[in-house]
Amino acid sequence: MQLFTCPFCGPRGESEFHFGGDAGNIRPEGDVSAEVWTDYLYFKNNSRGAARQIWMHLACREVFLMERDTVTHEVISSEALVQEQQA
Amino acid sequence: MSGWRVETQGWAVDRSRPVRFTFDGKSVSGFAGDSLASALLAAGVTTVGRSFKYHRPRGFWSAGAEEPNGMADILGTPHRVNVQMTVEPAQDGMVLRSINGRPSAEKDRNAFIDRFARFIPAAFYYKTFMFPDWHMFEPRIRAMAGLGALDPAAEGHLPTAQANAFCDLLVIGAGPAGLTAALKAAEAGRKVILCDDQPVAGGSLLYREALIDGVAGPDWAAAAVARLRELGAQVMLQTTAFGRYEHGLTGLAESLGQGDAPRLWRVRAAETLLASGAIERGLPFANNDRPGVMSAMAALQYLRRYGVAVGRRIIVATNNGIAYEAAQALALAGAHVTVIDPRADAPACDLPRRRDRIEAVIGRNGVEAVLLASGEKIAADAVIASGGFTPTVHLYSQAQGKLRFDEAIQGFVPERKVTGLSVIGAANGAFGLAEVLADAAAAVGAVSPKAEGPHWPFKIDAAWPAPKAKGRIWLDLQNDVTAKDVELAARENFVSVEHLKRYTTLGMANDQGKTSNLPGLALMAQLTGRSIQETGTTTYRPPFVPIPLASFAGIRGGQLMNPVRRLPLEAEHRSDGALFREYGGWLRPAWFGKGEEAEAVNREAKAARESVGLFDGSPLGKIEVIGPDAGKFLDFIYYNTMSTLKPGRCRYGFMLTEQGAVYDDGVLVRLDENRFIVSCSSSHTQGVALLLEEWRQDSFDRARVQIHDATSRYATLTVTGPKSKALLEAVGLGADLSDEALPHMALTYGAFGGEPVRITRVSFTGDRSYELSIRADRALPLWRALKETGRAFDAVLLGGEALMVLRAEKGYIVIGKDTDGRTRPMDLGVSGPFEKKRGEYLGKRSLHLPAVSDQARAYVGLESLTGEVLPCGAHAVERNGSAKRSIGFVTTSHFSPNLSRPIALGLVENGASRIGEILELHHLGKSLKARIAPVCAFDPEGKRLHA
Ligand SMILES: [Zn+2]
Repeated sequence: MQLFTCPFCGPRGESEFHFGGDAGNIRPEGDVSAEVWTDYLYFKNNSRGAARQIWMHLACREVFLMERDTVTHEVISSEALVQEQQA
Repeated sequence: MSGWRVETQGWAVDRSRPVRFTFDGKSVSGFAGDSLASALLAAGVTTVGRSFKYHRPRGFWSAGAEEPNGMADILGTPHRVNVQMTVEPAQDGMVLRSINGRPSAEKDRNAFIDRFARFIPAAFYYKTFMFPDWHMFEPRIRAMAGLGALDPAAEGHLPTAQANAFCDLLVIGAGPAGLTAALKAAEAGRKVILCDDQPVAGGSLLYREALIDGVAGPDWAAAAVARLRELGAQVMLQTTAFGRYEHGLTGLAESLGQGDAPRLWRVRAAETLLASGAIERGLPFANNDRPGVMSAMAALQYLRRYGVAVGRRIIVATNNGIAYEAAQALALAGAHVTVIDPRADAPACDLPRRRDRIEAVIGRNGVEAVLLASGEKIAADAVIASGGFTPTVHLYSQAQGKLRFDEAIQGFVPERKVTGLSVIGAANGAFGLAEVLADAAAAVGAVSPKAEGPHWPFKIDAAWPAPKAKGRIWLDLQNDVTAKDVELAARENFVSVEHLKRYTTLGMANDQGKTSNLPGLALMAQLTGRSIQETGTTTYRPPFVPIPLASFAGIRGGQLMNPVRRLPLEAEHRSDGALFREYGGWLRPAWFGKGEEAEAVNREAKAARESVGLFDGSPLGKIEVIGPDAGKFLDFIYYNTMSTLKPGRCRYGFMLTEQGAVYDDGVLVRLDENRFIVSCSSSHTQGVALLLEEWRQDSFDRARVQIHDATSRYATLTVTGPKSKALLEAVGLGADLSDEALPHMALTYGAFGGEPVRITRVSFTGDRSYELSIRADRALPLWRALKETGRAFDAVLLGGEALMVLRAEKGYIVIGKDTDGRTRPMDLGVSGPFEKKRGEYLGKRSLHLPAVSDQARAYVGLESLTGEVLPCGAHAVERNGSAKRSIGFVTTSHFSPNLSRPIALGLVENGASRIGEILELHHLGKSLKARIAPVCAFDPEGKRLHA
């Protein structure tokens, strides 16, 4: 079992997480071509090596960005999608 | 009968404590401390199994976990198959059955198969099972080939809870390397876990002649374990590290004795040292699989540890120096030993010796003599064969560590450390004791203890199987693969190691080729003119040894496998005679009272339409969406426009997947301007809550919309039927229930026993209905009041089955039952938003994709023409000549007690424009007819909603 790092809760077992897709796969808005739309739906980067991915930590429900290596399974970094406002 | 007890040897067995077990019905006696293998050898049993494919007699090759031959089924509770007798301690009363030998390993009636061996070469099964019809051969072949036999009636292991552990340093293997590293690390204050698959720590120290810091091997090992425990280290014996996983995780299986499943440990270590030693491999000569042919270190271990000599006239054949220790020890014990060593620089030795190699073993069921390459024949009853040592690098390789072929030791060794894991000692290619201790001490930054002995230098000359050798030279003893099979694979161009493995099954048996992989690929290297390094190894995968599935399951069997969610009123329903079933993960009443299902369901469904039905709808989703952007958010989430909904009102709608299929349906309730409740289907609450949360954080201002799943906080009690309003008024909720104040699809509040009650007027039955939501822990008094007051109104308790009949009479959808993964909202008759809704919503663009919009199935009613209830799942077919094509299927089917006839629903191509047409249905070879009808079969005008 891999250890993923939730930016809010720290390292936890991978079974606590839900995969949300490649980071940067922005939902196309409006009257886009079928090709653009189906790329958004079905085209996965499936990159070898470092990959930027969206994950949700099911325990705290926070969605975050994790960079991980798809070959070595090293977790390179985790960050919250929205930085907390400075008080 | 060649093995015998040596009275002066065998420190591990307690001769005052005899144990007795049976093997193929014969009584065998040994001592406490014996393995099953040592006891059998001492009793003179040489043939302990029959081989997988050819039914050749086989004996013990090793004394450890690499054993390819010596397996047995242990009968009793639990019934264990293919247990390695070399590692299983002998216990009183065990009942062993040999593998693949009937009636026994010794007298196997299928032994004749070996004479037909040339007709069943490698890939025989692949070729045979293709032509003309493998069903002809499969059962016979299956009965004859194989290993242990399962007993379907036998009990399995008792479940064992799994455990997790964390440490600074995990050391795998308690031989000289592992003990040294663990001890030095523990002394330096690190938190250490040390594991070993044997019941006694020491590894090779248990049988080799050596002193560490002046202390004899077994004594030094025992003292090291005592000191480790004193320092707080966890020493786990009979515990096999079977797999290496990501991020410092190692899987261990701890043997707990006969009845319990081995305990699975997940050990997360900052650093792991693999000190798993090396495995001895054999020599290539004809009939090198005969019972009585054994590895040198096994023979030495049986002698010194268990006090068993494997023969009286012993041939020791070797290509390296380590085997000399076994030769000397056996000679000292009283056996007549002859050494066969072809090396020019063999060490001085006073035993009879030939500078030669073995050509073949002579003897049908055991060793009678050996034939040397020179032509000389020497009588013998056992052959010790040492072809060198293969470092046990499995866990390193599982961690994606790269291997390098080391010519000096003729074996693959780790190239470099991988993250968090280093390899030390013999597993790292260090074969001298001083070298091993230095390697281990260096790994933990400590000074090495002082080593003395063993005195024979390793010095190996390669002795790999050669192409075109005479006779049958065995590589994989467990899967019956010979050198000729590898040559056949090369001729047929299966030359990559992965192809070689699958074509010949080399290394594919339970032992995963621990003794056979390297000789096999060394032969392939010669056949293809490549080096061994270039030829490479197959991929190493966990587990290192077979682990019972019960260990992986742990205690998560039965109800704990997938715990059901329970209603707050479950106890009350049980006392009312409910029969429970699981619906979408919830345990709910299916019907109430004794009697047959059909009769009970019909009674409930009929009574609910005549008077009033009470239904526990607590699992109904109650996900709150809160905030100034909640309306905007829900417009995006729902297919329907929701922001126009007025506070205090409800609206039915669909949620789609981005692919355009209907994912969920339900009623949205608007409590006030900034607060909604998503009443999704019971089985979808977790999925919908996640979906809402993902989109909220992805695309919306998270400060302006919040999600809160309150499903389990509230019980929802549904009151439905013509007398529902009268019943609620009699119970007294303090709310105005008049149709003006509370019309259909509206909301109000009341209270019961001082507890607020949210009342929504929505209907899943087609009759006037009210859903009362109240704090889950305060629901019981309200439910009891409904039941007690309800007596005067002929109220009936409704189970889930009757509710399904009521909704089907109305044609109301159940998502996932009446729909599948490509059902669009338009197919369900809701096309307004598709045509008119302007803003973005989930799945919108997909609804306009050609592939999606070309689909044209519609949700319709189906009337049985024969009066029998249509089978759910039956396909509607369209004929074109003799060709048939499915054009849809039945999704729901019941007998309707209120219409006194069968009703059904389904998805049918162009169904909406084909009302009245007759369809041909097919189901399991049966043909039926049905008429397409409108979905709503009962009260199509909808008058009863307001009645
Ligand atoms: Zn978290």
